[in-house]
Amino acid sequence: MIVTLLSGDRPRSPLLTLILLAILAGLALAPFLFPGVRSLETAARICIFIVLVASYDLLLGYTGIVSFAHTMFFGLGAYGVALASEHIGRGFGALAVGTVAGAVAAALLAMVIGLFSLRVRAIFFAMITLAVASAVAVLVSQLSQITGGEDGLNYRIPRELTPAFRWGGKLFDVNLNGKLLNYYLVFFCSLGLFLLMLRIVNSPFGRVLQAIRENDFRAEAIGYRVVRYRVAATCISAAVAALAGSLFAVWLRYVGPDTTLSFEIMLDILLMVVIGGMGTMYGAVVGATLFVLAQNYLQNLMGLASGATEGVPVVSDLLDPDRWLLWLGVLFILSVYFFPTGIVGRLRAGR
Amino acid sequence: MTVPLLETQDLSVRFGGHVAVDAVTCAFRAGELTAIVGPNGAGKTTYFNLISGQIPASAGRVLLDGRDITRTPVAARCRLGLGRAFQLTNLFPDLTVLENVRLVIQAHRGRGFSIFSLADAQREVTEAAEAVIDRVRLTPLISQKVSELSHGNQRKLEVALLIALDPRVYMFDEPTAGMSVDEAPVVLDLIAELKAESDRTILLVEHKMDVIRTLADRIIVLHNGKLAADGKPAEVMASDVVQEAYMGKELEDV
Repeated sequence: MIVTLLSGDRPRSPLLTLILLAILAGLALAPFLFPGVRSLETAARICIFIVLVASYDLLLGYTGIVSFAHTMFFGLGAYGVALASEHIGRGFGALAVGTVAGAVAAALLAMVIGLFSLRVRAIFFAMITLAVASAVAVLVSQLSQITGGEDGLNYRIPRELTPAFRWGGKLFDVNLNGKLLNYYLVFFCSLGLFLLMLRIVNSPFGRVLQAIRENDFRAEAIGYRVVRYRVAATCISAAVAALAGSLFAVWLRYVGPDTTLSFEIMLDILLMVVIGGMGTMYGAVVGATLFVLAQNYLQNLMGLASGATEGVPVVSDLLDPDRWLLWLGVLFILSVYFFPTGIVGRLRAGR
Repeated sequence: MTVPLLETQDLSVRFGGHVAVDAVTCAFRAGELTAIVGPNGAGKTTYFNLISGQIPASAGRVLLDGRDITRTPVAARCRLGLGRAFQLTNLFPDLTVLENVRLVIQAHRGRGFSIFSLADAQREVTEAAEAVIDRVRLTPLISQKVSELSHGNQRKLEVALLIALDPRVYMFDEPTAGMSVDEAPVVLDLIAELKAESDRTILLVEHKMDVIRTLADRIIVLHNGKLAADGKPAEVMASDVVQEAYMGKELEDV
């Protein structure tokens, strides 16, 4: 049963199994294990980024395509929900319309970009996605009447998903309110999407993608129209990224260029894929969890460390919470240096 | 006379000023094993690339069953029945032996776009792949990654991929290149087996004359991109042009 859910793709390493189970349990019980607004925000972010990173891994790790437009697709899903909620009005119907519209738009746009540029060298696709993504980001910030420009959009989601909606008393000191429902919406949708992608990469289609990554010349010579597979992979990946974006929009009740479209997020996604391990869906889980946790808590941790070493002159300065980005960078360099195949690749290879 | 299975008419390709294949007109009948010989640089592999579509022709035509396929893309030619094994090993290195062969069989059955089923659950595909792997004697290594195989075993897998394609025309480009003396016979026996089984059409680029003598129904000689000779093995081997263009050069090399 569990193996079927995982599409027969087992973690293949005891330690990895343990880590994945810990992450699953942590996320499933996050509202109860780690009460507090901030930790819940972090948990929801992890869920959404797991999906986003996994959909990027479908392209980069499985098909060998480099794209810089992944945040654009993410943003399409998010803006879909935002615009639908604003124009149709508060309600689940608006969320559904926005989500579907965002995913369809993302897939279509991916198809157009893919058909134009995937026929030639893969590097050309990377350049085109970079250009289109920059153009879209500029467009979104300029068309402020529609998109709210740099300020973004605030909108209302169904009351059942907001903290104001109380449907029970308390369970283990946790308010049973709409925010909790919203979190579980995010959690279960993310879990479902992740399992769906695990299924796709283990399907005959997924094997063809790997063959293309390994040797596109030979894939063509045994009868696969490589372009079609590459375009299909791009479309699926874009649609899933858009769905992740929709979840993010439902969760945040706000979209703006900085939270969905910025190039920084694109770099974060790249780092998460590489740190977790390319071409292993589980890498997305490990990479996204570590990265988001580091982003949110490294500063606190350093505050503690800095306080503890207060007397020591240079060390306490180095550990100042303001230097957290420096240490984040150091952590990444070290992890790429020691785990060139990513954490999952390393764990699977054994010691 | 019936239409030949595969035919090239004035087939040429030019790389800058160099004419690598020069107006080669040749027909291959069904059920025939044709050996293509010639010194290094004679254009044998390039001729193969033109037939299977890896390189576009500068002039001339390729016909399969009388149908012009000169502009048909590689994948489509493959589905029409032109199967090709490569001189330089050309596999999917990070996948296992089984997955390599399964990919071919899956392509053959048009299953590449099934997205929600499980690759490992396709029993018929797996069984067919195992049968092919058994034929090339790679069963003990079935779940090894290809990058971990020896050169000889990679060559066998190269042949396995072609067998798995089950094409109408088999194109072998020096199938035993770089194989050890003990391993080469496995591949050659396989080709002999394929030839014996019904009427398969095989094109074989090969340097080893003893191999050609026993296997070939016909020999064509390419020299400087031109068709220099074409006929029964005994006739062609005795002809001056071969002595000069091929055998002579071989002797000099040695």
